[in-house]
Amino acid sequence: MRTSRRGFVGGVSALALASGSTSAFAQKKYDDGVTDTEIKIGNTNPYSGPASSYAAIARTIDAYFKAVNEAGGINGRKIKFISLDDGYSPPKTVEVVRQLVEQDKIFALFQPLGTPCNTAIHKYMNQKKVPQLYVATGASKWGDPKNFPWTMGFQPDYHTEAKIYAKHILANVKDAKIAVLHQNDDYGRDYLGGFKEGLGQETGRIVRTVTYEATDPTVDSQIIQLKDSGANVFFNVSAPKAAAQGIRKAAEIDWKPVHYLNNVSASVAAVMKPAGFDNAQGIITAAYIMDATDKAWDDNAEMKEWRTWMDKNMPSANKGDANHIYGYAVAALMTETLKRCGNEMTRANLMKQAASFQKYRLPLLLPGITVSTSATDFYPIQAVQLQRFKGETWELFGEVMHAEGS
Amino acid sequence: MTSSKKWLWVLIALAFLVPLLRPVLPDIVSDYRLFLVSTMMIAAIAVLGLNLLTGFNGQISLGHGAFYAVGAYTAAVLMDHLNMPYWATLPAAAIVCFIVGYLFGLPALKLEGHYLALATFALALAVPQILKYKWLEGLTGGVQGIVLNKPEAPFGLPLTEDQWLYYYILVVMVLLYWAAANILNSRSGRAMMAIRDYAIAADTMGIDTALYKTVTFGISAAYTGIAGALSASAIAFVAPDSFNFFLSIKFLIGLVVGGIGSLIGSVVGGIFYVLVDNSAQALSTFVKNDLGLQFDLSAYTVFGILLIVLMYLMPMGIVGGVYYLVQNLRSSMRGGRARQQAAEKQPAAR
Repeated sequence: MRTSRRGFVGGVSALALASGSTSAFAQKKYDDGVTDTEIKIGNTNPYSGPASSYAAIARTIDAYFKAVNEAGGINGRKIKFISLDDGYSPPKTVEVVRQLVEQDKIFALFQPLGTPCNTAIHKYMNQKKVPQLYVATGASKWGDPKNFPWTMGFQPDYHTEAKIYAKHILANVKDAKIAVLHQNDDYGRDYLGGFKEGLGQETGRIVRTVTYEATDPTVDSQIIQLKDSGANVFFNVSAPKAAAQGIRKAAEIDWKPVHYLNNVSASVAAVMKPAGFDNAQGIITAAYIMDATDKAWDDNAEMKEWRTWMDKNMPSANKGDANHIYGYAVAALMTETLKRCGNEMTRANLMKQAASFQKYRLPLLLPGITVSTSATDFYPIQAVQLQRFKGETWELFGEVMHAEGS
Repeated sequence: MTSSKKWLWVLIALAFLVPLLRPVLPDIVSDYRLFLVSTMMIAAIAVLGLNLLTGFNGQISLGHGAFYAVGAYTAAVLMDHLNMPYWATLPAAAIVCFIVGYLFGLPALKLEGHYLALATFALALAVPQILKYKWLEGLTGGVQGIVLNKPEAPFGLPLTEDQWLYYYILVVMVLLYWAAANILNSRSGRAMMAIRDYAIAADTMGIDTALYKTVTFGISAAYTGIAGALSASAIAFVAPDSFNFFLSIKFLIGLVVGGIGSLIGSVVGGIFYVLVDNSAQALSTFVKNDLGLQFDLSAYTVFGILLIVLMYLMPMGIVGGVYYLVQNLRSSMRGGRARQQAAEKQPAAR
């Protein structure tokens, strides 16, 4: 019985081979989570809790994949996007990710959000050899293909960005005396670390470092302390609310340093406008992605396409929320990565495709910024461009800057 | 040996045998499910600790997440800096948390009821910030937290990590449960409950209320701290974000849902919390996608509705409710007089 069945199967295969229709048939290789009609992609996001505003990213990604499915899917397969709430709590992330990997048998985990949450599953994902792809955090530890070949970042990391500011200061400001304000957490410290590395032997130029807590109602006293230090450069590592307050306060007490603001707070609507356009003139920041509230992009084709897409797929969403831009762009990258996998839907191939982008143009990135990865470079977007605030918009200047291998 | 005790032994035996079925029924007894049950047991131990304080001693705590965090960090720091084996961290975490709990219990003596609830609330808010403090950063890793290794089965036992973790936590839970049952069944336990029921009367009878209250605080903190230490091993990572304020509320929900002043209730409460927390999300997506209803219910809305329904149907918690049902059934079989007796007995249920 057994032999005859085997013989039968063998016969069929031989027939299939002989008939020459094998090219599509034989190349199909699937890992867990993929069938002829479906690809299961997992995700974790904070739908509840203090960080829940970030969940707009997962909602945008969900809408993006739905739109892709309606248009026929990727190589004939529809994406099943399973996004679970972890409340930005690492133990909960471990729990839901194990559910996704072991129970739901997802093909890959895409855009899990938060530095502590991703840290908690970092080892696990690499032990299980399930891709932890394009993670939503700016920490610098995600591009380590040697030790963690199944994890890849997405956005330029804070470390790199800060290094670029440091280089720019050294090259352009004479006798720089630098004052630093940073949020007292990993995000703030990652920036500070990169900044110091960028200054190299000139770290002594930092004359004052002051921190604030994310929960502080104002940063007024910090700004006054920084002014007192006599600094002529201000490196401002603060989240949107504190950034707006800081810019306003500095103008109020008539402190006019060369002001470098971290990209986290580059939103025109959320920071510059509340701070007062007059107070914000001349501020320098680095950017890699377009700001929907910046009028400079109103006539841009990609921005127009995004607006139409938003009207159609997420009509009730606030278009001023930068998370929608971010979610759209990263979902586009994931879709392209899956497309490039063709019919070889294995996890190894997914990582291989993710690591072989050559200057790929992703919608809504700044002109001239592209996605490049390689077997040793797991930082997809590494370029930023400096921009200066003028009037009511950002004005790009200088070249697109690439970080030299970090 | 009463029938309820027999059932307890059967349950424990089952709890020990079921994971061994993993090779036979890999889909049902999966590593993920064992891990989930492990987290339930950890929650149960933490709720048990809170129950000793709130249920049996009448002191309200909204801040047990703080002791959980201290336990977890004690274990993590010892493993990370001193390379201590994971099992040796449990007594250390228990001792550290006992001391912290005892010291916190001293000022708590002056505070009753709502004031104590507020003071413990402040503790729960403060601890994650303290963990980030720069003087402690070298030890705690600051906001980055500490990444640990998962415990592996010793002596070459043919168990997976999750199976081993399950047994490890199960043994700890059974031991702690046994210890708690014995404490409560002793002179000290009766003193604890006497204080809960009527502090002045207890004082008059010669019970040192201050001592008992502070020591109970310490023991309660030690239990919750052990749960924290176990979670550090199970999750293999600690960070201040892991111990947000909602954790303390979670223990309180487990306590109330399981049954205040009931040991079995603590275990039920811990299991309930993890189970419902997980299924609430599945239920909310089910309502939206499969039933096609237009309500965009968040998981927490579902969770809240479930809680309200449960509190309405079983105001004494699950264990109290089940006990009440069983008594009712029995007495309706025996007739009216017994029913009356059961109704009188009910308030003392545990």
